[in-house]
Amino acid sequence: MIPSSRLFPTPVLSLLLWALWILLQNGFSIGHAILGAFLATVIPLATYRFWNRQPDIQRPGKLLRYMVIVAWDILLANIEVAKLILGPQRKLKPAFIEVPLDLVGDFPITILASTITLTPGTVSANVSEDRRHLLLHCLRVEDEKALIQEIKTRYEAPLKEIFQC
Amino acid sequence: MTLPFWLEILVSTCLILGSLFALVGSFGLARLPDFYTRLHAPTKATTLGVGGILIGSALYFSHQDFNLSIHELLITIFLLITAPVSAHLLAKAAMHQELPQMHGTQGEALLKAQGHSQVQSNERQAEEKKDSEKGGDSTTASHKIT
Repeated sequence: MIPSSRLFPTPVLSLLLWALWILLQNGFSIGHAILGAFLATVIPLATYRFWNRQPDIQRPGKLLRYMVIVAWDILLANIEVAKLILGPQRKLKPAFIEVPLDLVGDFPITILASTITLTPGTVSANVSEDRRHLLLHCLRVEDEKALIQEIKTRYEAPLKEIFQC
Repeated sequence: MTLPFWLEILVSTCLILGSLFALVGSFGLARLPDFYTRLHAPTKATTLGVGGILIGSALYFSHQDFNLSIHELLITIFLLITAPVSAHLLAKAAMHQELPQMHGTQGEALLKAQGHSQVQSNERQAEEKKDSEKGGDSTTASHKIT
């Protein structure tokens, strides 16, 4: 997205750190903007050797759309899980499900797993060692195939597009 | 500095809704039958619970200090990043300990297969580490990690 240079080996991380520093001050001032810029330069320079190279975000627009969808799903997930908690326990139909992964790369898989944990009735429990399967625990499963299909089309497909992998 | 009435209503609605969801989350922690189902309560109900309280707080302090209060946004983001990670680790730990599941949980075979292979591979890695330490050959170990 933004070419990396010697001074900024990870430009996106630098930008994020700078924005984070300014947000932490809860108010804008030139002094803190400069201090933030200094930290945003020094911290990546000191740490980037420890980081594995991760796929870049290729489609920031799609990422924004993805975040809106996920935020909405989190809202629904909360209501749904609240209903299951308060409702009778015989309605629970917990199950372990294995979802085959098409995504590659640790970072995209992490995002997918986190999204799954935050959305309706599913918690990601394990990634198989070859990074091809994700083990989920679900609170209530009616149709296993449909659930897997939904996860693949709703979350995995957009992530594939965002990271182009 | 007093709030206008409509804002007061809005802030208190956010606070009450948030607390309700937090309450349901903690209630679930006490009520659900096994470890895995209990994991669902704190990862979901609480995000909206804390979210509601934070929105209320952001509204209140934005009005109080005459500028936008964005600390709350940061708290929300960090919460959304960290909640799934801790849930994932808890689930993994539960799998290693082979905690019992609720009666009627489907797909236990998957759990056993994956949990078992994980334990085995950990043992394998430990053995390899031992071997490499003995032989002083660090290339195999570093290759494994990457």
